[in-house]
Amino acid sequence: MLSLEKRPQPSRTWTLASPIVAVLLTMIAGAGLFAALGQDPIEALTKIFYEPLFGEFSFFYLPQLLIKGAPLVAIALGLSIGFRAGIWNIGAEGQYIIGALCGAGVALALYPSEARWLVFPAMLLAGALGGFAWAMIPGLLRVRFGTNEILVSLMLVYVAEQLLASMALGLMRNPDGQGFPGSRNMARMDAATSWIDQSNGMHWGVVIALIGVIFVYVLFAKHILGFQIKLAGQAPRAAAFSGVNPARLVLFCLGASGALAGLAGLTEVAGPSGIVSIDFNVGYGFTAIIVAFLGRLHPVGILLAGTLMALTYIGGDVAQSSLGLPGAAIQVFQGMLLFFLLAVDVLTNYRVRLRERGAA
Amino acid sequence: MLRRTLMATAAATAMLGGMAMADGHEPVKVGFVYVGPIGDGGWTYEHHQGLLAVQEEFGDAVETVFVESVPEGPDAERVMTQMALEGADLIFTTSFGYMDPTINVAAQFPDVRFEHATGYKTADNVSNYSARFYEGRAVQGHIAGQITESNTIGYIASFPIPEVIRGINAAYLHAKEVNPDVDFKIIWVYTWFDPAKEADAATTLIEQGADVILQHTDSTAPQAAAAAANEAGAKVYTFGQASDMIEFAPLPRVSSIIDNWAPYYIERTQAVIDGTWESVSTWDGMDTGMVEIGEMTDAIPEDVRASAQEMIDAITAGDYHPFTGPINRQDGTVWLAEGATAEDFGDDGIAGMNFYVEGLTAEIPQ
Repeated sequence: MLSLEKRPQPSRTWTLASPIVAVLLTMIAGAGLFAALGQDPIEALTKIFYEPLFGEFSFFYLPQLLIKGAPLVAIALGLSIGFRAGIWNIGAEGQYIIGALCGAGVALALYPSEARWLVFPAMLLAGALGGFAWAMIPGLLRVRFGTNEILVSLMLVYVAEQLLASMALGLMRNPDGQGFPGSRNMARMDAATSWIDQSNGMHWGVVIALIGVIFVYVLFAKHILGFQIKLAGQAPRAAAFSGVNPARLVLFCLGASGALAGLAGLTEVAGPSGIVSIDFNVGYGFTAIIVAFLGRLHPVGILLAGTLMALTYIGGDVAQSSLGLPGAAIQVFQGMLLFFLLAVDVLTNYRVRLRERGAA
Repeated sequence: MLRRTLMATAAATAMLGGMAMADGHEPVKVGFVYVGPIGDGGWTYEHHQGLLAVQEEFGDAVETVFVESVPEGPDAERVMTQMALEGADLIFTTSFGYMDPTINVAAQFPDVRFEHATGYKTADNVSNYSARFYEGRAVQGHIAGQITESNTIGYIASFPIPEVIRGINAAYLHAKEVNPDVDFKIIWVYTWFDPAKEADAATTLIEQGADVILQHTDSTAPQAAAAAANEAGAKVYTFGQASDMIEFAPLPRVSSIIDNWAPYYIERTQAVIDGTWESVSTWDGMDTGMVEIGEMTDAIPEDVRASAQEMIDAITAGDYHPFTGPINRQDGTVWLAEGATAEDFGDDGIAGMNFYVEGLTAEIPQ
């Protein structure tokens, strides 16, 4: 009879192996799913994983990987800081929206100024501050009143969505837009665009995601704060005894993840999206939670996981249009990734033991 | 093997002169970008029916591809580019929010033709097309105003864009015409397709006393919510939206607006095959059959059905415009004088309509 036995220490091997095993299991189960839908499973997997990277049109898809991956990586990096300390910011989607709105607000208020040296840095600052401030609401409420940051940050996503709709319809609406909702296109403003090289998919969000990887890596590898965060997550009592200020830690973790999400939102709205529209947000803030865990809360892992997730989105669309796979099949496929990851993760903390039947 | 291939190629080149073969024999590829899933039972479902009709009409001469549930933003741009790269000759982008992405992608693929639904921008290789749904809304309002007992009509609105506002105004004016006491309760859900939100909105409206639910969202969830309320003893009426939704007849669904895109899609595909495709702006209504009214069930009194049919006939024949003055704006200022009919475009045109008519008590969200 099989039983689970808790390991004294999480297995290091399984910590690293489980994402890879999960990806492989997802591919196998996905192949079964596609076969059940009457598709050649190998062809479907090739379309999803191979075509965007090495296919005929990879010159187009590779830049798209940057565009789709950058916000996922940036947000997941921020989340990983808090997740390591046991501080659960589930509302990155809201901080992403508010960052975009604050940055766009600056750009639109200064329009038609052409002083890029002033406009763009001010937008970056506003975007980061916006996300930071939105994350401070659950942060301060938790520190001051002991509220649950999971619930508060999640609820604030819906508030942010209402604010977004209101801005797209009212204050930020394009005065030359014939009454239709949506702001002016910031991607086409020389002073405000976050594009660096559009044909190669390079925009400031990509730069920020890459700098973020280095920043978070250094934080955890070298900095005392990184050590305190890890300690607080693994042994809260020991952390308290060693002089970690829990309130400060909560505010730092939420603030940093909010600021990163805000920057991701700002660079998206001033680049790939271009306009503040009612449905500007497409769920990066939630998908980033999967990315953070798939990347083992490690900055390099997150970079890889974000790229993989972006690949399934892009390859999924390729498979849809060229094979006629239903959109839901792709979503199921992505969902399986998290499912298998969580399932395999059991092996990190538990050992499977074969126990004799009847033994006491 | 290799030799045979080479020879075949050489023969083909000799006979047809290289590229001519591609023009003559390869099927025309038609792509569709959908905002919801094809099984939504409403908006996207009807566009997909159009795709199937194109496939049926042209058979092997046409290859159709589609991608469903594409968010309106950078993702839409990627999906369109991908279709163009993979050789699509004609791409239909079927949601308002695809307008800027369509224009952007079209600029990069001058040889691919694009057709954008319900927007207002065009280019040399971009047409736009839409249907005069407000004609159907007028008929809905006419029926709704007479079958309501609570005098409260609930309206599930998606986004405050002119198309939706126009629908609310058309329905309200014609409900008010037959029932001066009628009141509209409007809930904005900010989505085209979200069954859970749509069902919540319908339930909320019913709880607030609405006994007719009109929807400008794409799923059948409001119909199901109304059916559930009816099973619990209420009497709520609904209208199918974008698609017939006949499975909810005879109650709660008493009639419907059906978007019939098939003839347009076939016509435009034919134009590409013939090489006669040009950028156009199309806004058709009941006259061409792009807007149809689904069967009115027995739940509607016979005299109401008869007068509704008269209105349908008059609109179809071009004898009646649903926006005929006198009509005032919500703030009391005159929009259309006695006997005047609304222009399509221009400052006072219905294409960019962004105000409520007089009598509606709600405010357009800002």
